Amino acid sequence: MRADASPSPVSIAAMPVEIDIAKVASLARIALSAEELARYGAQLGAILEHAERVQQLPTEGIPPTSHPVPMTNSFRPDKVTESLSPDEALSGAPAAEDGYFKVPPVLGDE
Amino acid sequence: MTDYEAVIGIETHVELMTDSKMFCGCPVKFGEPPNTTTCPVCLGLPGALPVPNSEAIEGILQIGTALGCQVADTSFFHRKNYFYPDLPKNYQISQYDVPICHDGEIQVEVDGEDTKIGITRVHMEEDTGKSIHVGGGGRIHDAEYSLLDFNRSGVPLVEIVTEPDIRSAEQARAYGAELQRIVRTLGVSDARLEEGSMRFDANVSIRPAGAAELGTRAEVKNVNSLRSLQRAVAFEIHRQIELVESGGVVVQETRHWNEDSGKTTSMRSKEESEDYRYFQEPDLVPIEVSAAWRDAVREALPELPAARRARYQGLGVDARVAAVLVGSEDAIGDLFEGAMNAGGDGRLIGNWLSGEAVAWSRAEEVAIGDTPLVPAHLVELAEMVGDSTLSASAAKQVLAGVLAGEGTPGEVAESRDLIQISDSSVIEAEVDAVLAGHADAVASIQAGDNKPFGFLVGQVMRATGGKADPKQVSDLIRAKTGG
Repeated sequence: MRADASPSPVSIAAMPVEIDIAKVASLARIALSAEELARYGAQLGAILEHAERVQQLPTEGIPPTSHPVPMTNSFRPDKVTESLSPDEALSGAPAAEDGYFKVPPVLGDE
Repeated sequence: MTDYEAVIGIETHVELMTDSKMFCGCPVKFGEPPNTTTCPVCLGLPGALPVPNSEAIEGILQIGTALGCQVADTSFFHRKNYFYPDLPKNYQISQYDVPICHDGEIQVEVDGEDTKIGITRVHMEEDTGKSIHVGGGGRIHDAEYSLLDFNRSGVPLVEIVTEPDIRSAEQARAYGAELQRIVRTLGVSDARLEEGSMRFDANVSIRPAGAAELGTRAEVKNVNSLRSLQRAVAFEIHRQIELVESGGVVVQETRHWNEDSGKTTSMRSKEESEDYRYFQEPDLVPIEVSAAWRDAVREALPELPAARRARYQGLGVDARVAAVLVGSEDAIGDLFEGAMNAGGDGRLIGNWLSGEAVAWSRAEEVAIGDTPLVPAHLVELAEMVGDSTLSASAAKQVLAGVLAGEGTPGEVAESRDLIQISDSSVIEAEVDAVLAGHADAVASIQAGDNKPFGFLVGQVMRATGGKADPKQVSDLIRAKTGG
């Protein structure tokens, strides 16, 4: 979805769509303040409301479209290409050890 | 006490042995130093774009077709969103509502009973990296930190999901074994459980026998062999029944199989249900499989294990023996195929390979493929039995000699002095001698008590060093005693 797809601010006041913005933020691992929760909640509500309006358009006779380009089966042959060196691979890592990426302890299950 | 019925579904992940990864050109290799087969795509670096490997698509179509699945005309890739350090993009490219293959089945046999296990779906995805948990004895909860190797990240992965059609631990194992045989027959994966190129997760629940509703299921992970699949499922069924019988309730959770303790233990139970927020992968276009492509895949399939077993049975091989010939070491099946192509006796050779050869291999701890045995030996051996050069029991000793590297069947029969006495006057003389020495036994038989008959045959066989034809000996004793 493109960012400029949000509607004019007109609909923000009338927010018919309820979303649990705190849950959405936690799923995306984004920490939001109370003020941000309110602000983004309103904006997301507006986006959803716009999507609802789009859904009301008459679409009889129009085939479902999953992708904007009429293209399928864009494959590549099973050919090996050069990989990065371990140094290159690890160059952006905040921490590394013995050729591995080093990360804080993982809690919880897979 | 209530009778319970177990309801089991299995999810299997199979890594495809393509040359390159699913969405990039990094090599698919195992045992390489960490992070030596990675690139921006499989490290999830910003801006890197995936391109599917055509060979992997061929591979999954072969698996789906071999499982009798429908192939979707058009299917899509989705992003499965979750956070875990071994998943560098924070999503796995997978398939969601339209998998590439769906609705197939596998037939398994346990104790002579055939069961159809429905295949819900077969979909294409990518493998994750590998983590090593450091400190705290390597246990994930107590680790001080974790190390990540992304060599495996992006290896083509096929997920095969069954219907909840499995009813016992034995069936679960039989399903796993047959799926492994099919995948190996196709040659798309080495499907090694101990190395993780084939992995099982079992969803296990119980319900009162005959109930229509499904019970709450637990998902059992970390099963690294067919044997542990059976053990883990058996343990979990038992655990759930005991729990319910003692007034407890099965909770939906992931449980970890521990091979050493022989138990499953709860991993952190999920406080809320997973929310993967699947959406269509915008970087990839749909997969379209034409009827011509589907047909080409079907026509190119090799003979599958079930068809091969049926063909062997058609050659006079017992069902159990056919299962061993198709199910064990490749070398056994190859020897049998070779011997059949050379016109050998299917029943005899099948029995030797599945019986004596397997037993010898276990006792000596030598793989049959590593012995000098070749198909021509088996054909020769069968002919020696066919023309009475060797008795059935001598043939087994000769086979052991050939396996041990003592030479061809002819050479071993000579050197071990096992060739049957063809001169009937020699055998008759031995029979006469034994009868003369056991007048009481002869008298019993003549009086109508046939019990000593076998004893007398045994005495003659012993006197001839096992080289007489037992049938000929029996005939002679019968003629001479009226037994």
